[in-house]
Amino acid sequence: MSKLIDSEVAARVLSRALANGGEFAEVFTERNAGLTMAIDESRIEAVQSGAAAGAGVRVISDGTTYFSHVDGLDPDDIERAADEAAAALRAERSAPQALGAIAGTPQTIEVPPAGVPAERKAALLRELDERARGAGGEVAQFTASYAEAHREVCVANSEGLFAGDDRTRVRIGAQAVARRGDLVETGAETLGAHRGFELFDDDPGAIAEDAARKALTLLDAAPAPAGSMPVVVGGGFGGVLFHEMTGHGLEADHIQKGASVYIGKLGEQVARPLLTAYDDGRLPNEWGSDGIDDEGVPTQKTRVIEEGRLTAYLYDGVTARREGVASTGNGRRESFRHLPVPRMTNTYIAPGEAEPEAMIAEVERGFYAVSFAGGQVDPATGDFVFGVSEGYLIEGGKVTRPCRGATLIGNCLEALGAIDAVGNDFEIKTGICGKAGQRVPVGTGQGHVRIAAMTVGGTEV
Amino acid sequence: MIEAARRAVEAARKAGAGEAEAYLAEDSGREVRVHGGAVESLTAATQRGLGIRAWIGKRVGYAYGTDLSASGIASLAERAAEAARIADEDEFAGAPSPDPGAPVGLSDMGGEGAPDGLSDPTIGEWSTGQLAELALEIERAALGADARIVGVEQAVYADSSERVAIASSTGIEGEYSSSSCYGYLQALAESAGGRETGLGFGLGRGPAALEPATIGLEGAERALAMIGAEKPASRACPVVLDPTVAASFIGLIGRGLSAGAVQRGRSPFAGRVGEEVAGKALTLYDDGLDPEGFASSPFDGEGVPRRRTPLVEAKTLRTYLFDTYAARRGDASSTGNASRAGYRSQPSVSTSNLIVSPGSLGFKELLAEAAEGVVVTDVAGLHSGVNPVSGVFSVGASGRAIRDGELAEPLREFTIASDLVSMLRAVSAVGTDARWVPFSGSVKTPSLLIGEMTVAGS
Repeated sequence: MSKLIDSEVAARVLSRALANGGEFAEVFTERNAGLTMAIDESRIEAVQSGAAAGAGVRVISDGTTYFSHVDGLDPDDIERAADEAAAALRAERSAPQALGAIAGTPQTIEVPPAGVPAERKAALLRELDERARGAGGEVAQFTASYAEAHREVCVANSEGLFAGDDRTRVRIGAQAVARRGDLVETGAETLGAHRGFELFDDDPGAIAEDAARKALTLLDAAPAPAGSMPVVVGGGFGGVLFHEMTGHGLEADHIQKGASVYIGKLGEQVARPLLTAYDDGRLPNEWGSDGIDDEGVPTQKTRVIEEGRLTAYLYDGVTARREGVASTGNGRRESFRHLPVPRMTNTYIAPGEAEPEAMIAEVERGFYAVSFAGGQVDPATGDFVFGVSEGYLIEGGKVTRPCRGATLIGNCLEALGAIDAVGNDFEIKTGICGKAGQRVPVGTGQGHVRIAAMTVGGTEV
Repeated sequence: MIEAARRAVEAARKAGAGEAEAYLAEDSGREVRVHGGAVESLTAATQRGLGIRAWIGKRVGYAYGTDLSASGIASLAERAAEAARIADEDEFAGAPSPDPGAPVGLSDMGGEGAPDGLSDPTIGEWSTGQLAELALEIERAALGADARIVGVEQAVYADSSERVAIASSTGIEGEYSSSSCYGYLQALAESAGGRETGLGFGLGRGPAALEPATIGLEGAERALAMIGAEKPASRACPVVLDPTVAASFIGLIGRGLSAGAVQRGRSPFAGRVGEEVAGKALTLYDDGLDPEGFASSPFDGEGVPRRRTPLVEAKTLRTYLFDTYAARRGDASSTGNASRAGYRSQPSVSTSNLIVSPGSLGFKELLAEAAEGVVVTDVAGLHSGVNPVSGVFSVGASGRAIRDGELAEPLREFTIASDLVSMLRAVSAVGTDARWVPFSGSVKTPSLLIGEMTVAGS
């Protein structure tokens, strides 16, 4: 663990960071290395290898955070960063506590991807390409990407914490374009985990066929309907709906700034009793899992909604200290160049009791959103919007024709309260979540979920 | 810096590259975030990194890193060559050559015709205390605007001073400096039904160019304007896009005008050069030399001189944008549009500064022209609601109703839907209120009146 920074160096850095006062100091060190490549027009290209190492030092005094970061792990440079962070402070020196190393529990990695020959990674992409192009003559283009990242982190703070983590993530993505005359449609699918190359032991090529199938299906699509109607959301990446409309609003920084519709709702019924949801950074090998968060706090499972009642917010160290509560292990940062903020890990709606087929059969006229291209929420107003990547019309309890160009739009509290069925199926998918200019890997999950009424924005008025 | 870039090119040649290019970037920046009259965080940092592109025959690979010691550069060069060996051959791959007609000099401002004033030399004279005061002033301006402004989610000041050097085995060499800064805030207004947010922002080469009071007031006004907003009725009607929203769409259109997207069949504008693609009121060009543009530089991400390229004039699509690879493949010349998101990214075709020429109608005249419809002042879900290949989009929107040619009640929670080409063709008037918007690339545009678009609400 202490390969990145020696405990004596860390102690010296913390001491210098507090030279001009402050209640808290921290040094975060990181070394990362990654490889990405793509296949486009059946050709392996965009092969890129990256590596970086560096440290970020922060001092907190009277609610203000002073932050400085450097490239490289040279002890002299890190100490200089500590001086720079402390430079704007004018108080009496304070002393850090002695460091006590905490053994972390990193995720289990069987086959480190860096040790796998590049040709096998290229072969994986070639297989995806063949499988997608074999899915139908109307598949006009196909691109796929491979990404591996190894990230070692080590964090020490003035409260004596000294902890590290070793993180390995792999992810492949497939995007197909189908064409029929002037009609052009796209389909995408991804597979990723906090895991080694063994993730690809099963059948990674299936995502290429899935992406192709989505694009081909849309060739027969009609314009999406516009208006308010019941919406059944698919499992897996459908969970991005909950991530956006509830998860972000539960992040404690939004709550403390008065910019969340969930302020003052703790303990209140915000959904029907059929809904229970979690944020869980410990799930084995899931995309959003880590051993510790980026402040050294062990990740944990937090029940955010219990039978419809709001039970918890998500805290990092700063927001937790402000309220005198414990961090929930949600302090995450994109890299040593960023300050940690409260972030989700793997967020999901727990499986319910409804049969997905029955949830659809009960809808006279509605919309079936199988998967999303992504979504966005303004936590302060609760207004959200989702782009549907695969959607169908529901007529007379049956899924009928595919629809293109649909967007779901609504308000968090209304939509959350309108969830009237949760399916007994379950899946977690991978996402990259952006907040405060930082991108972190998150898992989103659920089974099928039905919302009694929601606005579908299409072109068919 | 150019010395280090030259050494990296040499190292790559030693590692087996036939041709090589090194891109070195150094950036120092500060950021101040304030909330509730107090400084929340102060960040000061410098970063420096190197990216090497290596060609071995018709194969190309890329590697980047932050270790600029001799051994660090050597290992980076090895990794770039290794990456090239993994890639498949591509007949159009190859290192850019210097353009004999427009030499790139070693001076800060590049060669002849390069833009002046990319850097504000006074940026370093501002202390963090002064910058914090500027951010606090933004927040105060919003809070003092109206009693219904109950808070500010965050007010932020950030700046960046960058120095870039590029060298290649084919003889390209260049170096330049630029600086930029911005301030923004998200104001919160209280209404009966909940809270409304409003974004205010400003940008410039240095903090002296920012007007904190204007930024704060804009955020407050945008939040206040949304109080009491309701869903509009679903229909097709005239739509006015304010400059911030128009900029988002122009940015998307710019993506489709990249020759890279066109050649790979992933653009709604493929095969449309010479065709009528826009209303006659709209003139659009890409200008990598405009001194006000944040994307301006003497040369692009692979050392080719920047320039001004007309894209849409007299209804007609004139050209796509090219980097060296796309130019070879499309039997064209590079338009100096190879862009990089720093040293961590290899160059690819992208817009520099996209500029819509101002039209003849003021904002009020645009409303009068629309007579009845919707003004869109904010859009959400652009990254998920737009199909970049077909251009079909449906995105979340909020704004104001237009009744009898004037602004009426606020509207929220609706979507606007069309496709990029149809929308461009439906542009029937262009405003005079042009402004730089940095959210979707670097875009300068006035408000646009779209003759008809689908609005979906209740």
